[in-house]
Amino acid sequence: MAKKKYTFHGYVRKDGKVGTRNFVAVIPSVVCVSEVVESIVNNTSGTQGIIHHQGCCQTPPDLERITDCLIKIGENPNVGAVLIVSLGCEGVDTDRLEATIRKTGKPVERINVQELGGTSRSIQVGMDKAQKLIRAISGLQREEVDISRFVMGIKCGASDTTSGIASNPVIGYVADKVVDLGGTVIFGETTEFIGAEHILQRRAKNEHVASEIGRIVTEMENRAKAIGVDMRKGQPTPGNIKGGLSTIEEKSLGAIVKSGTRTIQGVIGYTEAPKGNGLWIKDSPGREIELLSGMAVAGADVILFSTGRGAPQGFPVVPVVKICGNPITYNRMEHDMDLNAGLITTGEKSIAEIGDEAFEMLLRVANGEKSKGEAINYNKSMDFYCLGPVI
Amino acid sequence: MSKAIKLNEKDNVATVFSDVKKDDILEILTETGESWDLNVLIDIPYGHKIALEDINVGQQVTKYGEEIGVASKPIVAGDYVHIHNIESIRGRGDWDDKKKSEITNDMVK
Repeated sequence: MAKKKYTFHGYVRKDGKVGTRNFVAVIPSVVCVSEVVESIVNNTSGTQGIIHHQGCCQTPPDLERITDCLIKIGENPNVGAVLIVSLGCEGVDTDRLEATIRKTGKPVERINVQELGGTSRSIQVGMDKAQKLIRAISGLQREEVDISRFVMGIKCGASDTTSGIASNPVIGYVADKVVDLGGTVIFGETTEFIGAEHILQRRAKNEHVASEIGRIVTEMENRAKAIGVDMRKGQPTPGNIKGGLSTIEEKSLGAIVKSGTRTIQGVIGYTEAPKGNGLWIKDSPGREIELLSGMAVAGADVILFSTGRGAPQGFPVVPVVKICGNPITYNRMEHDMDLNAGLITTGEKSIAEIGDEAFEMLLRVANGEKSKGEAINYNKSMDFYCLGPVI
Repeated sequence: MSKAIKLNEKDNVATVFSDVKKDDILEILTETGESWDLNVLIDIPYGHKIALEDINVGQQVTKYGEEIGVASKPIVAGDYVHIHNIESIRGRGDWDDKKKSEITNDMVK
């Protein structure tokens, strides 16, 4: 039987990637100029600030990591143009940042706060440049493209026991569907593989990928163990425990369900994007702000986010769709939750029924429909995952 | 009648989907469609776990057909199962290998 063809309407970029949004990303090279970026973004339309807290006084590998992450945010297909706000004395390599993003063919501007004579003047000049960039890209029209050009990120947060039974299976259902249609899916949260890595390893494309899964889990577990305490309360969190999750193994076994059942093509690092279509693992921690950034860095068009206790987070340039597994939470937090997968726990609907609804919602959001969080601009908090200390 | 879901045939715990009270009779639903009744020994909150059989100290607690920890106190069928009577064997910076084998009696790999 011929497969039904699925398409979405997206912004086709010069580098061939397809976005579901068309933002001007205003990217501070360092935390010191965050407020300049906030002022520019607050006084313009169609802009999103990438308000992170890194960029200076870090070890060289972390500075390179931040530069790479900022480049990849600029390269994300939901970004149509970039304004870089530099302080002038930061550790991030702003020349490489600008030059690499420029290779995508997107318009890029840069301002330097120390050279421009301070924050107030930089806000004015930054607004002028942002205005130019917005006018340059805002007339771009969406085009119909095959779903195989779609990149989906996955996250679960503020989990309880309904996550592993309702909302994660729904996302797993959608992930399988996107992979079967030729698209790309990325999941992460290495901490939440601990106790479930053997199941993921069985789905690895080859032995190398299986050993990579083992390696990232061992490294993450050793980082937690090095502190010399039981990691419980860090993972699972007090909220997870209140929600009925007793151990990291229980949380992990429920968490990996969201990756579906298909073959895992490979493991990518925190600053990397998938090297092909299909299902990929991103080595990343479980906390929302760093994980969602990791998905944006990987080029995600939309992120499906599973929750039980009610996680409200979004991301500046990538729509985040909330699938809630707990019907009580959904009713309490309906304005933050996009879909009620809790109907599975009450026996009113099946995983496949809610899964089909989630897939249809995903396509609508890809076409431009705003998720609930996007509609109320709850999408600003973000940060990058660093390995070394602040020095 | 209140219900709990047993997710895998190997599981020795099930998840309750309402706040259940001591002396309630709970219907245990399984992945195969069969079901049976179990007496609740102590109040259990929504979404938390109930023991389906007795579990000795150091014995594996199983959900999704997989290890989710070991019993740290004796557990009997109908008990509330959570952090007060089971513990993780992963991410234990507070354990060395000797401590781990003592706690688990080497029953868990």
